[in-house]
Amino acid sequence: MRWFNVLIMLLFVALMLYATAGLPDHADPQAPANTHVTPTYIEDTIKDTHTPNVVTSVLADYRGYDTLGETVVIFTAGLACVLVLMKRKANDKTTLSKHNNTDHM
Amino acid sequence: MIKQHYQSIIIQTICSLLIPFIQLFALYVIFHGHYGPGGGFQGGVLLAVSIILQRLYLGHKISYQKFPPRLAMALAATGLLIYGLAGIIPMLSGASFLDYGSLPLFWVHDAERRALGILIVETGIGLGVFGTLVLIFDNLVGERW
Repeated sequence: MRWFNVLIMLLFVALMLYATAGLPDHADPQAPANTHVTPTYIEDTIKDTHTPNVVTSVLADYRGYDTLGETVVIFTAGLACVLVLMKRKANDKTTLSKHNNTDHM
Repeated sequence: MIKQHYQSIIIQTICSLLIPFIQLFALYVIFHGHYGPGGGFQGGVLLAVSIILQRLYLGHKISYQKFPPRLAMALAATGLLIYGLAGIIPMLSGASFLDYGSLPLFWVHDAERRALGILIVETGIGLGVFGTLVLIFDNLVGERW
């Protein structure tokens, strides 16, 4: 059974390597990802936003929804940390335990 | 658990010298995001690092007085609010959500208004990341606020 798993994994690796040969080259200007909206962003970023850094104009202006979502995710993660880890007051009966009282160095 | 207070004069001097420069570099990274690598996320992390360094060498008793954790939470929420307002205020004048060209900044023309909108948004992101990272650190350390 173990050799069967190894065989399946090797077949999968061979399939992946075969599929890699069909991908476009790195930084190929004719690749599908580089011909759709990317030329518009690169050409119009000065005219639209006066921002020479295309990464910033895409991140904050053309794709502003995405960045808003990222900021909300980070803030929510912080709030979840507070909810899970925050130490309650010592007279809070629901979380009072021996551990909470002894580690206050 | 962090030691209360480092008695070494070397650590205290180096940290108190480094922290203003880290904060200055963080502001540079945020506001230079239009022209080079950088932006709100990276600059916010650098600001948070300066406060975390202060927490490490001063101990929580003094450091919580200098920068209370509740202020970090308030700053994180304020940053998100700035971003949200930059999205909603253009809607009041009939434009679409996050259309910085319709922000009420009348002294500049359209493309420059977009650049200022990006700057406002990056500032909001920086404040949000800064507050959130300091908040996560304060809760992982486990001292009472």
